[in-house]
Amino acid sequence: MKSSPLSIALRYLGLLCVALLTMGPFLWLLSTALKSGSENIFAYPPSLLPEQPTLENFGRVLDSQPFILYLKNSVLVAILSVAANLIFASLAAYPLARMKFRGKNLIFVVLLSSMMIPFQLLMIPVYNIAISLGLQNSYLGLVLPHACTAFGVFLMRQAFLGIPKALEESALLEGLNRLQIWWYVLLPLVKPSLATLAVFSFIAVWGDFLWPLIILDDPDYYTLPLGVNRLANTFSMDWRLVAAGAVFSILPILAVFVFSQKYFIEGAMRGAVKG
Amino acid sequence: MQTSNTSGDVLTHEDSVASRGWGRWRRIRIGGGFSALVPYLFLLPACAVIGAFVLYPMLHAIMASLTDYNMITESRFIGADNYRMLMQDPFFWNSLKNTLLYLLVVVPVLVIAPIFLALLVNRSLPGIKLFRTVFYLPVITSLVVTGLIWKWVYEEQGILNYFLLSTGITDDPVAFLTDPANALFSVMAVTVWTGLGYYMVIYLAGLQSIPRHLYEAAEVEGVSKWRQTLFITIPLLKPSIAVVAVMSSIAAMKVFEEVYVMTQGGPLDATKTLVYFIYQSAFEEFEMGYAAAAGVVLFLLTLVLSLVNLFLLRKDR
Repeated sequence: MKSSPLSIALRYLGLLCVALLTMGPFLWLLSTALKSGSENIFAYPPSLLPEQPTLENFGRVLDSQPFILYLKNSVLVAILSVAANLIFASLAAYPLARMKFRGKNLIFVVLLSSMMIPFQLLMIPVYNIAISLGLQNSYLGLVLPHACTAFGVFLMRQAFLGIPKALEESALLEGLNRLQIWWYVLLPLVKPSLATLAVFSFIAVWGDFLWPLIILDDPDYYTLPLGVNRLANTFSMDWRLVAAGAVFSILPILAVFVFSQKYFIEGAMRGAVKG
Repeated sequence: MQTSNTSGDVLTHEDSVASRGWGRWRRIRIGGGFSALVPYLFLLPACAVIGAFVLYPMLHAIMASLTDYNMITESRFIGADNYRMLMQDPFFWNSLKNTLLYLLVVVPVLVIAPIFLALLVNRSLPGIKLFRTVFYLPVITSLVVTGLIWKWVYEEQGILNYFLLSTGITDDPVAFLTDPANALFSVMAVTVWTGLGYYMVIYLAGLQSIPRHLYEAAEVEGVSKWRQTLFITIPLLKPSIAVVAVMSSIAAMKVFEEVYVMTQGGPLDATKTLVYFIYQSAFEEFEMGYAAAAGVVLFLLTLVLSLVNLFLLRKDR
């Protein structure tokens, strides 16, 4: 299919307009974060570029809030959650895709139907359960309720269904047990789906706000979204600091995203096809 | 691994000891006993997590909705009183109205606009990957941060008002978040902004599964590009459209973070959604039983939406 130069130009024009729409607010945020204390951020007309770009706002944010600690908490919680999701979902998916046992269909249907239950309905009882298990103000409390989702089990089951049975049978003949087959034979073959699940659970846990808001009251365990929210409450009038804190919280995920964007977009596409 | 090795040893040991029928029966029992357990052991961690943090709480929430549980006094069974009170609570009806309005506006936009976006980026042009990446950025940003960014963009003297005034689209600055008539729509715009890239990717996957030769045939027949889009692309995209419709309506039912950060439900409750109502009842007023009842209503609405979705998907097959 050949396109005229005009239609290509129009296409780029459309692309640029949408890019401005998605990037504009980020750039405005960055510009505000770099403005010095002497510059009026409410000036009219607003200055798009800072007069004297400065990093002082970032310093002030770090002085007033332990953002490095929030970052550490976020990273730790994200790593634990993603790991738990990958292991638990792919463990559960194996028998559902490959073994015969009593109650298989029942378990599968119950798991699937749990996907429809909104967390907002559950937050009160989950809060009570977490309190009674002593999970308040702990990393385990942040991770455990999201350590496995039915969506993940479903995604991995689909992936296992696509692997030829002969591979598994020959592995059984060679004397590998089921756990060994799962680890050495099946998992290496479903790496793309594992990447998809990792991306989905990473985005979900990194941006999670409601659950940490409920279960934490000790700021030592705050993740970045709670930290930024706290900053916004403390300095509601000083947008330079709020903007600097927001930029600070975006940078890590931006780095991860740029580094592994192939997995993000292709993974999300794979999830869309399968899910 | 360890356990199953041991069971293997037991098997061979028993093999050598017993060749009578009785021993054989026992051997099968033991061997079968363990291998019959294997699937359940694999399922155990996932089922434990989902059972403890989804299914059990679900039952618990339904039970709590029938009590006056408030974390302070002993909770009593009060039957359907919470539901009766909900029906008479203007704040509940207001939040339900806001949530339904949210659905009605946000879902059609999020179903249609990303199709165009996907069509726009579904071409191998130089730099197209960069554009896809840029369009996906709002998806990976946490909603709290997104809400704050937009609160700043929406400021009376902010960048958006400057743009509107300088291009002559409006004569006076717009009170995006402080005017009850605008606030809900301003919050909706943020939800749309966040969702565009996400659903674009789903459509992109759908587009790439459409066989090339259909377009080639149409090209030979001299069918115009627009008609190709209308009569080939859109119909074949139907499964993706159904998926996006469901996902975006469930997401619209659950709006919370944007409201929490930007308006706290105000001004004059104009942006109080159902989930925000539940949050406030439970964690600000500690009316846990009452909040649970509202949660059950939310669940029933989600269920209805999912059933509608299933129906749509069936129709396509």
